[in-house]
Amino acid sequence: MLSIKQNASIAMPLQTRPSAGLPDFRNLGVCLRILLLVNLMAAIAAALQSNSLTEAINRLTELSAFLQPVLLMSLLLLYGSNPVLARLPYRAGIVATVLLELALTNGVHMIASYLFAPDFSLSLGRALLITLVVTGIVLYYFDLRHRALSPAIIEARLQALQARIRPHFLFNSINAVLSLIRSHPKRAETALEDMADLFRVLMADNRDLVPLAQEIALSRQYLALEKLRLEERLNIIWQIDNMPPDALVPPLVLQPLLENAVYHGIEPLADGGDITINIYSNRDQVHLILTNPYNAQKDRTSGNKMAMTNIRERLALHFDAEAAMSSSQENDQYEVHIVIPYRQK
Amino acid sequence: MMPKPSSLKILIADDETPARNRLRELLGDIPDVTVIGEARNGKEALELCSDSMPDLLLLDIRMPKMDGIEAAGHLQKFDPPPAIIFTTAYDSYAMQAFEIHAVDYLLKPIRLERLQTAIAKARALLPSQLAALKPLQPQRTHFSVIERGRVILVPVSDVIYLKAELKYLTVRTREREFLIEDSLVNIEQEFGERFLRLHRNCLAARDSILGYEKCPAGDGESHWVALLRDVPETLAVSRRQLHVLRGLASS
Repeated sequence: MLSIKQNASIAMPLQTRPSAGLPDFRNLGVCLRILLLVNLMAAIAAALQSNSLTEAINRLTELSAFLQPVLLMSLLLLYGSNPVLARLPYRAGIVATVLLELALTNGVHMIASYLFAPDFSLSLGRALLITLVVTGIVLYYFDLRHRALSPAIIEARLQALQARIRPHFLFNSINAVLSLIRSHPKRAETALEDMADLFRVLMADNRDLVPLAQEIALSRQYLALEKLRLEERLNIIWQIDNMPPDALVPPLVLQPLLENAVYHGIEPLADGGDITINIYSNRDQVHLILTNPYNAQKDRTSGNKMAMTNIRERLALHFDAEAAMSSSQENDQYEVHIVIPYRQK
Repeated sequence: MMPKPSSLKILIADDETPARNRLRELLGDIPDVTVIGEARNGKEALELCSDSMPDLLLLDIRMPKMDGIEAAGHLQKFDPPPAIIFTTAYDSYAMQAFEIHAVDYLLKPIRLERLQTAIAKARALLPSQLAALKPLQPQRTHFSVIERGRVILVPVSDVIYLKAELKYLTVRTREREFLIEDSLVNIEQEFGERFLRLHRNCLAARDSILGYEKCPAGDGESHWVALLRDVPETLAVSRRQLHVLRGLASS
């Protein structure tokens, strides 16, 4: 492990920094952040201009009457123009975004002045200046966030390595292969090939998303090795008829969970049990549901949350708030449920 | 003329068939050893040991039903106790403990030469070594009793209550009573969650307590007794332990 980390730290500076870019305005997390940030700024502005809480609330309400329509329409506009904006170079993208916002403010201001003529006192110049400042702050925030997360994206590869196969599994599998060499040389060959494939993925650059079908193939190879050791104690139920094979997922999103299911769920049972893998897509989401028997009393090893934490972090890095992972325990059955947005290449 | 050393009787215990096969293959290459049986967990290993006393056990640590370390504890009751070599794929805690206390262990995959050396110096666990392994196996799954030269295993989950009688403990299950050598303090520490102290000389399984009843005593006062599931007898609750009832009433 130590040597891997050292190599990585040497390799790090050689990595080209991911180029700056506008945020993905179609990402739910990005939209929520914009909403929160702009409203927070409005609240601060209202508070600064007021002497009492009631006055601040009144000011905020007044401000909102103009602000909220602009804000919501901005989100819609940016959502719509996201494909075009994403293709522009970063600087051009910023100019385009700012111009869009200014044009939008101008439009809303015109309509507002026409509708509420006597009461509407905000001058166009002030409205445009505020829009410019707020847009600047929001874009600057996303740039900072992007910079803060970039090393993390490089690190995702390392994290995937840390979600590595348990030594327990490695040595038991080698032992199982050794037991086959004299009696079943053909089966030993297949087992070694499966192991080679598994470790190729584990040692690969795991930064980029892979098609779900690839992760399933890997999981099958892993389970074939476990089956060698556990025989009929390990029973796998695949429910993947409605699985979109082209959906993009972080590599090693399923295999570490299966390893947990085998280690904590199946191995402590003398007669074994079922692991169910249910994958389906529903509208724009892909659901991965993994169920295994679990009895805290029979499992003598303390729970290892490392794999779960690692997968949760990688899901957040790749999909932000659009992915979710939850686990539950009911009637000696343990379930992990992952939801990710359905994306294709 | 020196007598020919008789063949060493070996029992293999591992839950994985390939692991057992591998050991059998390796032992086949070593002269003067006989594999007398294979067990898939600690419980089966103990049962096989009762039938055919092996000289040496190759015990996997992580097994379902009863793990290797608990099985090693029960094996001490045999006279003489068999020699034990633990086998494990990887368990950093156990390996540390084994190193410190010079307990024999082999790392899977096992090499023929290592196995030969280990068998040559195999010996029974010393009580001090056994005590050192205890933290690795915080709760037993069974109590063991020696009856007519055989080891009888009583699942801890079957025990309704335990009563101290002079040197021994009476262990009551639904069917019958057993005598084991242990102390209530010891068992209370090991299974604090499962058993409740009702009296200086008595622990009862929380699951088996149906309720409490007030009984008039001869001197005009009354005392409380616990009613139990599956057995007719009641257990006296001592004055000191009355807070147990209060805790129940408030919850």
